[in-house]
Amino acid sequence: MDTEQSGHLVTAAAQRIFGELADPQAIIRDPGGAWKARLWGALEESGLPAAWAPEGLGGHALSLEEGFAVVRAAGRAALAVPLVETMLASWVLGRAGLRMPRGAIGVIPAGTRDRVTIDDAGRVSARCARVPFARDVAHLVAVCDAGRGARVALVAAGDCGIASGLSLAGDACDAVTMHEVPAVAWAEVAGLDADTFCMLGATARALQIAGALETALETSVRYAGERVAFGRPIAKFQAIQHALARMGGEVAAAVAVAESAADALASLAPGSDGLLLEVASAKLRCGEAAETAAAIAHQVHGAIGSSDEHVLHRYTLRALAWREDFGHESYWSRRLGRLIAGGSGEDLWKLLATR
Amino acid sequence: MALQFDPLRLPAHCQALREEVRRFLAEEVAAGTFDPRDPAVGEHNEKAFARKVAARGWIGMTWPTQYGGQARSFLERYVVTEEMRVANAPVRYFFVADRQSGSTLIRYASDSIKRAILPGIVRGELCFCIGMSEPDSGSDLFAARTKATPTQGGWLINGTKIWTSNAHKADYMIGLFRTSPPTADNRRHGLTSLLVDMKSEGIAFNGIGQLGGSRDWNEVVFQDVFVPVSHLIGEVDGAWKQATSELAYERSGPERFLETFGILTALVDAVDGDADDRTTVGIGRLVAQIHTLRRMSVSVAGMLQQGREPVVEAAIVKDLGTVWEQGLPQRVRDLAAFLDDDAPAVAELHARLTHALQIAPKLTIQGGTTEVLRGIIARGLGLR
Repeated sequence: MDTEQSGHLVTAAAQRIFGELADPQAIIRDPGGAWKARLWGALEESGLPAAWAPEGLGGHALSLEEGFAVVRAAGRAALAVPLVETMLASWVLGRAGLRMPRGAIGVIPAGTRDRVTIDDAGRVSARCARVPFARDVAHLVAVCDAGRGARVALVAAGDCGIASGLSLAGDACDAVTMHEVPAVAWAEVAGLDADTFCMLGATARALQIAGALETALETSVRYAGERVAFGRPIAKFQAIQHALARMGGEVAAAVAVAESAADALASLAPGSDGLLLEVASAKLRCGEAAETAAAIAHQVHGAIGSSDEHVLHRYTLRALAWREDFGHESYWSRRLGRLIAGGSGEDLWKLLATR
Repeated sequence: MALQFDPLRLPAHCQALREEVRRFLAEEVAAGTFDPRDPAVGEHNEKAFARKVAARGWIGMTWPTQYGGQARSFLERYVVTEEMRVANAPVRYFFVADRQSGSTLIRYASDSIKRAILPGIVRGELCFCIGMSEPDSGSDLFAARTKATPTQGGWLINGTKIWTSNAHKADYMIGLFRTSPPTADNRRHGLTSLLVDMKSEGIAFNGIGQLGGSRDWNEVVFQDVFVPVSHLIGEVDGAWKQATSELAYERSGPERFLETFGILTALVDAVDGDADDRTTVGIGRLVAQIHTLRRMSVSVAGMLQQGREPVVEAAIVKDLGTVWEQGLPQRVRDLAAFLDDDAPAVAELHARLTHALQIAPKLTIQGGTTEVLRGIIARGLGLR
């Protein structure tokens, strides 16, 4: 079986689980949250959370590409359990040669203003304002730079200070503080840096945003065909057609740039200008698409799209919320802008043309 | 429909070709053939430039070898096109023929026409124009009224085309002409595509100036202009069947977002490594946006290379691309507001900005308006 085939099988398996156990209407009808344990149980059984760790360390040994396909599918399903976070943890634990523990794992830093240090004895100190799902996970993985490499530490969540918070979409997104917390396991990794890990997270979020917007577009197109006003389906009005065409363009841009960054991460050297261009563009452009596409999706749906019971907000609010993690638009535009403004106009075109 | 733009990368041989094109363009700039900062300079040399580009084999490069082409890939052509655009090279003389007229002839013209005309395009000797718009027919293409009346051995054309770029210097026009009235069930019926020799008797040109100072536009008046039967392109009364396949070529190329790109590079040169946060963030955003457009456009070039007809994807690229290149001069103007006007690079930026601001309004009109494109995308989404 070639990689492409096995990738399709993995994505199909993920989609089956999302379809059966993460149906947005069922989730809305279950405010107690019983769906979470069932969904997570099925995901653990499938091995997907450990996607990127090698088999010898309890992982699934997927390629970056295969894993990213699962991430986009998770976005399409507006998945609200720490699957992507645990996948990110599996990648960095794998790089560090550390074994995957059972259960969900959160990752820090989760934002570009988080402060994370790991001292020479493997004790972790951190101040992180918004860590997705921190209260729901068994462990946190911390990453920081150290000399010519990075340190990676696995910490029991019970050893950390966790103050509950919520994301824009109402998902757990908590403040985490640690003061010299001893790691369960830790390692120094040559040839890795915290920025590369941040780029992996940013690319994953870009793919999730693109995926959520794909579903929001499908939902909006379907609704426009069903909803009758002024005597005909609103899809027949040119104003609606053009609004949805604009949304289609934004969704296409998000999909294209996120897939491009995912491809670049698998092939470009860490620290290269090309990789910064790809990842910064993906996170930033997907964030812009989220703003425009969410507004159009709600406009087309009218009042019902803003009601608690309707599924639309599960996609639109998550697409907007994911902008916050692993560097928001202003962070990435300033970083990319510094790179470009530091060179000449000719350098700018030369860089664009390499991709 | 699923919107999929695969992350295609240009293969190594394309990037090698890019270096070759850059060396060629640098030599031409050094020789004074054109000035990358001033489009007006190259106009006078565009015929000579076309022959030099042809000598490199870069006109009609994707066409079959039997007609003088080189059967090279769309990705190679993509690289040549984008380097020429970014350099502001004077491509107008051959670009229309290279991009779409030649492909139309290959697809729909008789073999004798192909043999007679395509090699001339490839040599850089022939200039083409497109006869679509009329005084009462623009986006509504199938409302065209300029008539082609059957006569001994061909047709006689009477009527007026307008906004026709390059008509005054073109050797040929491929135009839409009315040969029958529309039918009750198909309003697109009755138009025929004909190849018109622009040196024919009975053709008059009236130049039309446009914003930005260009004099390329024309009103073209036909009075009993004879077109022989052999110049029929495709099917009599059935031109509408031929129109759509061309559009993917016309709409997805890098020329659809690079028209004002030069002012972004001029801004980067003007800040000269000393940008404040506001300008830095602004530049970062613009770069992320054009990178996204370019990745989408390369992806569509890959679809064309695979023989697909990505009409909807191309419409998306042109819609996003032209809206972006239209907004770019406004964004750059804003970001440049606090730069030191006395610096030479800043003065040059402002000079170029004026031209870009003047041409910006037309960028979302030519080659399919925003509204036409959004109609096509809406159809692709299943809304119409």
